[in-house]
Amino acid sequence: MEKLPFERPVIKKLKAGMPGKFGMKTGVAPVTHIDQVAVSDLIAEHGSPLFVISENTLRRTFREAKRAFETRYPKVRFAWSYKTNYLNAVCNVFHQEGSWAEVVSGFEYEKALALGVEGQHIIFNGPDKSYDDLIRAIENRSLIHIDHFDEMYMLHEISVKTGSKPRVAIRVNMDTGVYPMWDRFGFNYENGEAWDAINRIMTSGKLELTGLHTHIGTYMLSADAYRIAASKLAELAEGLVRRYGKTIDYIDIGGGFASKNTLKGAYYAGTDTAPDFDDYAEAISSAIVNSQISPDNMPLLILETGRALVDDAGYLLGTVIANKRLSDGRRATILDTGVNLLFTSFWYEHQINPAQPVSDHTEETTIYGPLCMNIDVIREASVMPLLKKGDNVVISRIGAYNMTQWMQFITTRPRVVMIDAENKIHVIREKEKLETINSLERVPEHLKKFKL
Amino acid sequence: MRLKKNIAVSETGFVFDPNSGDSYSLNDIGLEIVELLKQGRSDSSVLTALNSRYDIDRASLEKYYHDFVSMLKYYRLTEERPDAGADSGHNPGIQPQ
Repeated sequence: MEKLPFERPVIKKLKAGMPGKFGMKTGVAPVTHIDQVAVSDLIAEHGSPLFVISENTLRRTFREAKRAFETRYPKVRFAWSYKTNYLNAVCNVFHQEGSWAEVVSGFEYEKALALGVEGQHIIFNGPDKSYDDLIRAIENRSLIHIDHFDEMYMLHEISVKTGSKPRVAIRVNMDTGVYPMWDRFGFNYENGEAWDAINRIMTSGKLELTGLHTHIGTYMLSADAYRIAASKLAELAEGLVRRYGKTIDYIDIGGGFASKNTLKGAYYAGTDTAPDFDDYAEAISSAIVNSQISPDNMPLLILETGRALVDDAGYLLGTVIANKRLSDGRRATILDTGVNLLFTSFWYEHQINPAQPVSDHTEETTIYGPLCMNIDVIREASVMPLLKKGDNVVISRIGAYNMTQWMQFITTRPRVVMIDAENKIHVIREKEKLETINSLERVPEHLKKFKL
Repeated sequence: MRLKKNIAVSETGFVFDPNSGDSYSLNDIGLEIVELLKQGRSDSSVLTALNSRYDIDRASLEKYYHDFVSMLKYYRLTEERPDAGADSGHNPGIQPQ
């Protein structure tokens, strides 16, 4: 007689009272395929854990964002935020779609150059630009966004020494009605520091002020904050025309658009609360179009959004290592992927789905990673189906920051694959090996031998 | 270990404990185990019955069974048999198949 499929036995206490905020449904739908590729095939071929990126989703999301802005504003350019995900294949998808590069370190700058991005299409942000970084960026005619006065004076010094005129913008921080206000980067608008920086640039004659830049925060759930930011930059731009007869080339509104992930502690799901590209585009475009800037001199609008473009395209596949009970009877499940690979689990309630069909029975479960560290918690409490050891899971919306902020802690980092438009699978980053790590280390001669 | 006599179990897997007023739901295999325990079957007898019906190895089955029984105990739905001894169900270990 053929045996029946096994599901682990479970008893669940019923709680009377009001239904949950999302109704009574507690089932968790399985995610068996990414695009048209079976998750089980991906894991069988490439192992677990495994990062998967959907090229289709990358391009679709980008085109959605581009459409939202280009239908509202005459001149728009996206610059791919390298820090969000600088895997070469991912960067090149965005470059193929027409994005410039937005980098925040010498390392990222070199990466963009190595990929073939022309220097004039690289925006160099961030507080840490070395003397040599700046020399190279000036030679390449890159757009240098000045973060602080020390950087401005270093640029003056280089300009005098080399006789060059660096193309610069200033980063402006401001009150957009959002807490916390990001005032650690750039020059403040409200206290006059931004004008001070502009005046020093304009009077020195050493630097070519090409644009104005701001980046008001991250995971911004208010599109209106961008309207305020764009208005303030537009005011500065108009002030430059009045005071110096100077027309800037561009306004760079930065990034920070929210993805559809749910923040920890949020009452509603991110899918219900995050503004969409049209909301952001409407706020930003209308603020500039309705400003005092002459319609003949509308600046190029640059966008550095990263998270909202790449989050949805990334998946992390994992496997159940074990189930256990905590001291209070709660269910705990240990996965083979932890905070070492999923840095964003510190601030998101990531959606975790089984990769195989499951019944409607669920248990509130704490999801742990495999690290010997108490902080290795992927979800404090998640309604999960009855997963068994060896079952696979799919963690969605993880394309942003995880593949740049991942940690090589107690184990190596796994493969990253990309599924292309024809559903072909490409390895875009190999799994690290012990030799990958050891190749960077040197053991002094006197430490090479030991006897136990 | 056995299920308390006054625990009501419906054929759909709904459990009511008149001692506490709490109610619970069981999935199909959970219901099958509870019914076998209500019949007074021992752990090894329940395990053998399940093992013959379901596609799972004995070691994994024991692991999930004891986890389930620990939750029955945690919810105070069980009581010790008066004659608890050799087959009391406490950590019997993995049985050879």
